[in-house]
Amino acid sequence: MDFIYILLKKIIWKYAGLREKISPGWIQKNSSRIREWELMAYAYSRSPIGVLGGLIVFVTFILAVIGPMISWEPYWEYKIIINESYRYMPPCLPPSCTGSPLLGTDEWGRDIIAMSLYGIRISFVISIVVVVLGAPLGIILGLIAGYKGGVVDEAIMRITDIFLAFPGLVLAIAFASVLPQRIRGALESNSILRAFFAGLFGLREAEYAQIAALLSIWLAMVLVWWPGYARIVRGSVLSIREMPFIEAAKLSGLSTWSILFRHVLPNVISPVLVMMTFDIATATLFAASLSFLGLGPQEPVPELGFLISKAGYYFPERSSHVVAFLGIILLVMALGWNLLGDALRDILDPRTRRAIEYRMEKEKKK
Amino acid sequence: MSENILLEVKDLKKHFRVRGSLTKKVRAVDGVNFYIKRGETLGFVGESGCGKTTLGRLVLKLIEPTSGKIFFEGKDITKAKGRELKEYWRNAQMVFQDPHTSLNPKMTIASILLEPIRFYKIDVGDEEEFLAKQMELVGLGREHLYRYPHELSGGQKQRVAILRAIITRPKFIVLDEPTSALDVSVQAQILELLKDLQRKFSLTYMFISHDISVVKYMSNRMAVMYLGKIVELGPSDPLFENPLHPYTKFLLAAVPIPDPKIARSREKILIKGEPPSPINPPPGCRFHPRCPFAMDKCRREEPPLIEVERDRFVACWLYASK
Repeated sequence: MDFIYILLKKIIWKYAGLREKISPGWIQKNSSRIREWELMAYAYSRSPIGVLGGLIVFVTFILAVIGPMISWEPYWEYKIIINESYRYMPPCLPPSCTGSPLLGTDEWGRDIIAMSLYGIRISFVISIVVVVLGAPLGIILGLIAGYKGGVVDEAIMRITDIFLAFPGLVLAIAFASVLPQRIRGALESNSILRAFFAGLFGLREAEYAQIAALLSIWLAMVLVWWPGYARIVRGSVLSIREMPFIEAAKLSGLSTWSILFRHVLPNVISPVLVMMTFDIATATLFAASLSFLGLGPQEPVPELGFLISKAGYYFPERSSHVVAFLGIILLVMALGWNLLGDALRDILDPRTRRAIEYRMEKEKKK
Repeated sequence: MSENILLEVKDLKKHFRVRGSLTKKVRAVDGVNFYIKRGETLGFVGESGCGKTTLGRLVLKLIEPTSGKIFFEGKDITKAKGRELKEYWRNAQMVFQDPHTSLNPKMTIASILLEPIRFYKIDVGDEEEFLAKQMELVGLGREHLYRYPHELSGGQKQRVAILRAIITRPKFIVLDEPTSALDVSVQAQILELLKDLQRKFSLTYMFISHDISVVKYMSNRMAVMYLGKIVELGPSDPLFENPLHPYTKFLLAAVPIPDPKIARSREKILIKGEPPSPINPPPGCRFHPRCPFAMDKCRREEPPLIEVERDRFVACWLYASK
């Protein structure tokens, strides 16, 4: 795993060099921080599981970015219109079979690998954005609740409890039945918005009705996603706010907001980061299951969960290859984030890091 | 006289509510009066739980007093809020007991020190040059500026904490057991540094410690606290030589003497029992259950803090007649 360490180190020093160019003296001022980063890179490179997870995440990221562009079949062209025999073609693996799609086709005769490239983009975008939008909401509420205490704490945490008790699936169903029409209206009238979201999901602008459906499950997920963060952050803040350095910051004249963001947040963020990576995995699966249940986009959008649910009608005789392939993609995507989160927890936990630090010293001496 | 007084505290009380009870209260600080003159060090000594740390935090308004008044330079700051409070904090700072927790582990020393400077908009010219110069004041160097607290030793961290407290050039500093988390050899250095800084910047200290010999070394006057009250207050040397309150006598008897010959010849008096709970302090004098000189009056009436000699105050019925 040494090449990973060397690679990460190179990236760190590239970044440091860039900062040095912008403001001379940066490297000298931040030598401690750079050392810390190097240590993290080292710890990460020593964890095979974490490296594997990072690799998977990196590959899904690349596929999500370029997928819709390199996909060789447009998802809106149904080949069965030309020939009914294209429906659910079985996998065609060389050398025994050539000329047909490698892993077969779906209900409409579309190449399943080409479709999965669109699907990965949609899943990736949804999961990342749900967590990236949901987490800050929870973090801010948790910070305020934990720091202010008293009535504010009670009020925020009881609301959090209500949301935790609220079944996310039911909310998603409710949203899916009400919201898409309204969002569709907004997308219809606003071409910039339409182009933005179409580009984000790698779909055609003409599919704005489906994009509206995607956005509504998105919103439903964001709304039920923050309570976990509010709880975990509040718990950590309760222990941090009693620390003398918070009182010292008060004496330095800082406002409550500066104390929260400069002093409290950096000290509670590591468990949150770990939770976020795990949550991206959960969100991927949650979004897929929502569209599996038909709450998400409809034809012709090749959403992974939706394609699986469609294939379910012909399962297992004709469509097992579709279910297996797309299922494995979802599994691997979720697994990648989980493995990465696991490694991240080891790196960010000061207790395990001490041990890694020690090992690094020993290895350097050798 | 009043011109000379920097900080005055009148009948200050802090009662903490006990969780899950409406009527029970912890009387952490229960009616404390004192003043601190400009440039002097007033020491507070007492066993753990006697309210000395709470008193320090009260004086700085880090916690709200239940009742009583605090005057700083003649101005009532008891109800100070917002800008007024920040202005007070520019002049009154604190050094905390444990340097390992009083510095944010995620910030470099430089950014910790820059916070008060930036907030109070103190013009220092080049920040780095200024900080490097300031670091010399506490015996640290420029090379420490960009380190994280965990890269420094306990003594170095406490030096940084002290520097943070004096960087806005305050007039008054509360030192809350600044040496008790440190090694003995480092303790002496820190005490010397504090004395040195006091001379240089004509600082006024409120020095809190459980170690009576350290308090005596640092302070011009000292106050002995027991269960949220001051039981004896006076100039350090006479108080140390000739303690009046029985509790002070006990405390002094517990100070180790380096010479075993003298130590053996010393009259041994041992204090009985534990300090009572501050939730439910005994009626009358709070010390009477442990006091060998307790009289009937002690059980019934609480002794006031009276001046028995010039500048020497004691709260004990034994001296009430004088």
